[in-house]
Amino acid sequence: MPDPKETKMRMNRGIPMGKIVGGGIAMALFALLLTLGYTQFAQAEKDNTPIKVGILHSLSGTMAISETPLKEVILMAIEEINQAGGVLGRKVEPIIEDPASNWDLFAEKSKKLLLQDKVPAVFGCWTSVSRKSVLPVFEANNGLLFYPVQYEGEECSKNVIYTGATINQQATPAIDYLISPDGGSKKRFYYIGTDYVYPRTTAKIVKLYLTKEKGVKESDYVEEFTPFHHQDYQTIVGKIKSFCAQGNAAVINTINGDSNVPFFKELANQGVTADRCPVVSFSFAEVELQTLDVKPLVGHLASWNYFMSLKTPQNIKWVKAYKEWCKKRGIPDKQCVTDDPMMHAYVHVKLWAKAVEKAKSTDVDRVLKALEGLEVDTPIGKYKVDEKNHHTWKPVYIGKIREDGQFDIVWKTNSWVAPEPWSQLTYPGRACDWSAGGKGTFDMMDGKRIWLAEKK
Amino acid sequence: MIKYWLLISVLAISLAGLSPIQADSASIENYIRDLAQPETQRQALEQIRGLADPAFKPILVALKDGALYRWNDRFFILDESGNLHDLEGTALLDTSGQPFIPEEGLEQVQVEEANFSLLHQALDLMGLFDPDPGGRRSAALKLGNLEDRSVGPWLEKAIAQERDPTVKGIMLESLNKLRLLDPDPVIRLSAVEFFGHHRSEAALGLFNRILMNEPDPQVKKAIEQTIGEIQTFIQIRNGIGYLFNGLSLASILLIMSLGLAITFGLMGIINMAHGEMLMLGSYTAYVVQELFYALFPPYQDYYFFLALPLSFLVVGLVGLLLEGGLLRFLYGRPLESLLVTWGIGMVLQQGARLYFGDQTSVNPPTWFRGGWEVLPGLVLPTSRIFIIALSLLSLLLIYLLLYRSRTGLKVRAVMQNREMASCMGISTRRVDGLTFALGTALAGLAGCALSLIGTVDPEVGKTYIVDSFMVVVLGGVGKLSGTVLASFGIGMGNKILEPAIGGTAAAVYAKVVILALVVLFLQLKPTGLFPAKERVSEIMGR
Repeated sequence: MPDPKETKMRMNRGIPMGKIVGGGIAMALFALLLTLGYTQFAQAEKDNTPIKVGILHSLSGTMAISETPLKEVILMAIEEINQAGGVLGRKVEPIIEDPASNWDLFAEKSKKLLLQDKVPAVFGCWTSVSRKSVLPVFEANNGLLFYPVQYEGEECSKNVIYTGATINQQATPAIDYLISPDGGSKKRFYYIGTDYVYPRTTAKIVKLYLTKEKGVKESDYVEEFTPFHHQDYQTIVGKIKSFCAQGNAAVINTINGDSNVPFFKELANQGVTADRCPVVSFSFAEVELQTLDVKPLVGHLASWNYFMSLKTPQNIKWVKAYKEWCKKRGIPDKQCVTDDPMMHAYVHVKLWAKAVEKAKSTDVDRVLKALEGLEVDTPIGKYKVDEKNHHTWKPVYIGKIREDGQFDIVWKTNSWVAPEPWSQLTYPGRACDWSAGGKGTFDMMDGKRIWLAEKK
Repeated sequence: MIKYWLLISVLAISLAGLSPIQADSASIENYIRDLAQPETQRQALEQIRGLADPAFKPILVALKDGALYRWNDRFFILDESGNLHDLEGTALLDTSGQPFIPEEGLEQVQVEEANFSLLHQALDLMGLFDPDPGGRRSAALKLGNLEDRSVGPWLEKAIAQERDPTVKGIMLESLNKLRLLDPDPVIRLSAVEFFGHHRSEAALGLFNRILMNEPDPQVKKAIEQTIGEIQTFIQIRNGIGYLFNGLSLASILLIMSLGLAITFGLMGIINMAHGEMLMLGSYTAYVVQELFYALFPPYQDYYFFLALPLSFLVVGLVGLLLEGGLLRFLYGRPLESLLVTWGIGMVLQQGARLYFGDQTSVNPPTWFRGGWEVLPGLVLPTSRIFIIALSLLSLLLIYLLLYRSRTGLKVRAVMQNREMASCMGISTRRVDGLTFALGTALAGLAGCALSLIGTVDPEVGKTYIVDSFMVVVLGGVGKLSGTVLASFGIGMGNKILEPAIGGTAAAVYAKVVILALVVLFLQLKPTGLFPAKERVSEIMGR
């Protein structure tokens, strides 16, 4: 459906009658304008040309499994917007670029989108390294990136809207749950992750949170990291088993990607069960779960801002709409699941469209201004962009893995959790403000804001 | 102290009132009536706790989640889909038969703040009598962890009824954890003895905590002694565990490298697509599994018996085609064959990604799940034992084939002196083709076996290929015995170093140390453990 060529054809047909009165002359003029350059024409005739937006998700390579569904929901959201009349009366036209899980290609493709296609917004990136790779491009060219995935924080760019969870919107609530009577009153924690920036930063904060705020003894906290694609978890699972045998223990898992398979297979084979040793994971959701043998994982936990099994009327409607979208696009039903980053990717488009309507312009600075404190209705209910720091407010859910690869929701936060791009545990007093007069990240010193940008 | 006695007396009363008959729905209704009154809620909860009857579970869960409602003096539970149903599970319908939520008079039954912990405890105790053994197990574990001595009598009752030996063991463990906190030193002593006797580390943390405040010297001594005994046991157990881990890794390295030892070691072909041959084996297992799921669901566990030989044959066939169609033109040109096979590997990877996608998983047959508990706390996974057996069997068969059969003689003759062998009437083309096919077929077999413990994805070969080459090079190119010794050495070394190094990234450092050792060794002995004096070394340019 959203074949760009096809969409453009439809657009041309949609030019108001008044504009083509005097047929031949108009045609000649049109041809002339085309030769002068389509972009100039587009700017001159703002009212009815489509607004191009960029989609920058890997459709091939290792990340394709996670990122391809994001492209689908973004296209679905764009189609919904177009069917409802578009934005500012103009249709939205997606330009899809495939950076092929290659971090350098991310920067190149984003340059192309910003400079050549001049898109006012890009929806994209998954891994932190891909985000870091495009960041200078967006900042140098004043672009606007919507980033959908939970991440380690410690970043607050003027040109990015971060909708995924910060650590205090995923990891620390999960710990609160494990420590509560509902979660089994856990007192001892084994942290395991893949060795790169997200699990390392999370570990730093988790450790401080446990030892400083929750009174967990240093000796009751163990952390361990393995490289990407690590396959042999015999020794580590042996250690976890022994750790858990002494009671009151839980495992916090930030292993990324395929290593989760051997890890959970080994847990199951060595007889480490969810009732003695629950594993709470932050890096796999429903989509990744479809690739795993779910049986060894049943009963273990995950923490997200969204689960497909959520029983809100908005979510039931959204899942149904996506199922129909899958049918239309020929995506097999088994792979047609929704998850947290998909929900965020979908909300991105809606947020952007609403902000553009509010700003009455696609200009990045005006849209950013309009996004401050903006609320939209989402599959998890109301959802809000922070007034200052370009992150979003949302609830946190804990889900327990079921046999069918879905989650039973066992716990949720009472209200929206405020985003904390800079954890107060690792950076006390540091926050971020891009609202009027704000210059991004600052440190509070003697009651005064010291902007990081001005420190140098 | 007074509080403690009060608790005991309350307990005694509630236990005395504990009748063996299960509550019926009429009496449940009565209890709920009391639960709904703030004044009687605590008393009702205590009674329900005393009964510990799982029949009350849905009501207490609903009460806890705020899903218990009263309407027209009847009680309803709000289910997940947002409909009300009564205690027997019948949905509340309006006159037209549609789910009905009354707008007036519907009131939520609240839990008094002070009763929350009692409610949780009642739910946990109920779990001890759950019809599902998993539920009983979880409840017993949780009660042991909570260290609340007042639940002892329920645990004793549950132990008396329990039939499942594992669940019973966990219940006993939990009960004895509580007994460690008993004021009576005789009971404490017996609990210490229990953990000592079962060499269970479950109470190790608790021991260390209570040791400081232990007033009774005899108990104190027993605890100290038991801690020592258990720690010694743990050291021995971990030692055995590490040896098994090493053996398992060695067998994985061996089964991966056997094929390479033939194609690279014996024939001198640097096959960079060897990892992808392994991947094809994994995917063969996946395809067979999916076929069984689709065609013979009742026999799905048996897919593995077909997958194992089939992966051997299918990948062997691919090897035959590869050799016959491409590699035979590249004999004696190791660099070209390196690049060509690297390219083939990439083509196969992308092909697998396009055809199968990334959403594949092999589910081990049910008998390969879990393991064999040799010592308390030490489980040897069945799948790993199977891989050890399979690699030894493959080794034996390869040995017999290469060194004890006529075919093997021909193979070795061709590899040592092609022209001479050819003069003797051996078809060197056929031997080359079949030998290469055998090498790749072994990779396929490895792929199928490793799908039991690892991933099945297009890049699975990448994770194994470097290790395989390392084993073959270290072992000495061209020698089977070298491959065996090298995989044993690397596997054992890795798994003994890993715990010895410790720290937050032991797995990486162990590998780094092993690599450094291998490099160092090859500096001293460039031809590996068992250098070959064959034609191969001429081809390799040494």
